[in-house]
Amino acid sequence: MDLTTFLIQCLNALQYGLLLFLVASGLTLIFGIMGVINLAHGSFYMIGAYMAFALAPWVASTVGGGFFTTLVLGLVLAVALGYFLEWAFYSFLYTREHLQQVLMTYGLILVFEELRSLLVGDDVHGVQAPDFLSGSIPLGDMMVYPVYRLFISGVCLLLALGMYFVFAKTRLGMMIRAGSTNREMVQSLGIDIKFLYRVVFAAGVAIAVLAGMVAAPVSSVYPGMGGLVLIICFVVVVIGGIGSIRGALLASLLIGLVDTFGKVLVPQVAGVLVYVLMAAILLWKPDGLFKAG
Amino acid sequence: MHPPLKPLIRWVGSAVAVTAITTTAALAQNTGKLKVGFMLPYTGTFAALGVAIENGFRQHVTELGGKVGGREVEYFKVDDESEPSKATDNVNKLIKRDQVDVIIGTVHSGVAMAMAKAAKESGTLLIVPNAGADAVTGAMCAPNIFRSSFSNWQPGYAMGEVMAKKGIKKVVTITWKYAAGDESVKAFKESFEKGGGTVVKELSLPFPNVEFQGLLTEIAATKPDAVFTFFAGGGAVKFVKDYAAAGLKGSIPLYASGFLTEGILDAQGASADGIFTALHYADSLNTKRDKAFRLTYAKTYRLQPDVYAVQGYDAAQMLAVGLNATKGDATKAADISAALRKATIDSPRGPFTISASHNPVQDFYLRQASDKEKENKVVGMASAKLADPGRGCKM
Repeated sequence: MDLTTFLIQCLNALQYGLLLFLVASGLTLIFGIMGVINLAHGSFYMIGAYMAFALAPWVASTVGGGFFTTLVLGLVLAVALGYFLEWAFYSFLYTREHLQQVLMTYGLILVFEELRSLLVGDDVHGVQAPDFLSGSIPLGDMMVYPVYRLFISGVCLLLALGMYFVFAKTRLGMMIRAGSTNREMVQSLGIDIKFLYRVVFAAGVAIAVLAGMVAAPVSSVYPGMGGLVLIICFVVVVIGGIGSIRGALLASLLIGLVDTFGKVLVPQVAGVLVYVLMAAILLWKPDGLFKAG
Repeated sequence: MHPPLKPLIRWVGSAVAVTAITTTAALAQNTGKLKVGFMLPYTGTFAALGVAIENGFRQHVTELGGKVGGREVEYFKVDDESEPSKATDNVNKLIKRDQVDVIIGTVHSGVAMAMAKAAKESGTLLIVPNAGADAVTGAMCAPNIFRSSFSNWQPGYAMGEVMAKKGIKKVVTITWKYAAGDESVKAFKESFEKGGGTVVKELSLPFPNVEFQGLLTEIAATKPDAVFTFFAGGGAVKFVKDYAAAGLKGSIPLYASGFLTEGILDAQGASADGIFTALHYADSLNTKRDKAFRLTYAKTYRLQPDVYAVQGYDAAQMLAVGLNATKGDATKAADISAALRKATIDSPRGPFTISASHNPVQDFYLRQASDKEKENKVVGMASAKLADPGRGCKM
């Protein structure tokens, strides 16, 4: 592999890693802060993608907006959905054991898949990237790099910075971190922990939906897309350490590298390399790379 | 009651009951309702294909007045979720629980292999309306197993001939590492190398992984004359879009087995423009037979038909031919086979016959995708009356 190709592959790995972080950060947030295993995370990603597909024509005809208007509308709907779901289902799960959480969220996956099938059908769809982001940058003499993928990486970095800022530097972040360590103490200090958890959950859902909407132009929109994403998200969360945003970022980048170079250098075992990486890291650090926070 | 009469009555009673039951069972082979079991993907990435196949099948049965081989049809359905690990349990639901006379399924080759094994053991009639695994009409062939679609070998082999004739010399192949992908590429390699070409690199990624960027960079670095690929469904949409986004569309022409652009041109948009594919069907065949089929399908289901609907439709045609010959008896595999081997099926794709290993012998059209007209236009014949060699089939 010559230097140019190697550098381009590194760029591919970085871009894939950042996309994974975008998708997985919502999961680690909910898992880490609230201790709930949310299997329906992949479904929220799918809902985001299908929203990008279904809302775009509606937004274009009624409000005259484009991609970003659809994005904002999608986020608003996602927050509302997250708020409702937390009130209706998830608030019962905080004190329950993990198996019950798995069962309930797995049930939600099935419900969302069927709803999707009933409302939008089972066809495969594509979503167009907005025109001003549809260009490409030439790399070498044969290849070009789509600007849209750079945009996605930019969104991920912004999100990572935003999350770091909120958790480390704001009062809200402080309350959330305290609530994840000791729920009862925070309540006895007069802070409404229920409302706090609802906000965090809605944020987690919104991030997953954002990931789905932003990634829709580069993935395709099809039935079952949530399931594939979910598995890799859990690998990211387990490698990175449950509840650690830093860990999720590092794990995503590692997986991006292993997956990209694995496919190119050792295609016969590319399918299992990511899981081998996970096993190796767990042998070295059983709790994942970083602790929560 | 007089003592000696009791055992006599008991004996006569059981004899009558047994005779009645066995006679009814024997008559039911020929005159009871014909139980047709669909084992298709109703959820997951192939869900639209499952629906299309069932629609096509039902359309022909309706054309026949709801009866096949003189028997009224009763439907059973099982969702195989395109999951090979659950396949044996699912097909046994149809064979053992519902006791169907004929199984129609499926899309995913891995699932179809398990179904073929179960059908071979139980002797239940099986017609495969899509799954192209070569082994179904190869090593796993059986007198009661038929296919109305294609074998993975056929479109790959046809495309290899086309590309060799065009004078293309160096090709890179890329596909998913599973039965359909491997067999398609192997068949392509067979005819392409026979025609004087060379496959310089064979790229693959695990199914259903859709992160193509790294491999697209590899293709760009290798600089071949053309690329041959096999992908289907959601993965095909992403691959075609990624291929165009990486700037390869203009510089390295893309050739594929027809499934790359079948039924998903809308989702792919301009990125699919110009791609050559080989398939046993096209949307613009414009024959009387095809036009009539497409009109009825569109009116009945308010959807445009595709190759999957045609395969389902022809599965019903094949079933009708077979059962007419045996007067509705679905267990007489040898007679059904003989009738089908002699028949020419008048399909919307064009007439086809059945090979010795029970796979269609059919024409493969060369199509080019047109974004302006939103369809795969027929630009020539890739391979006429192409028969799968049925390697490993001992019937």
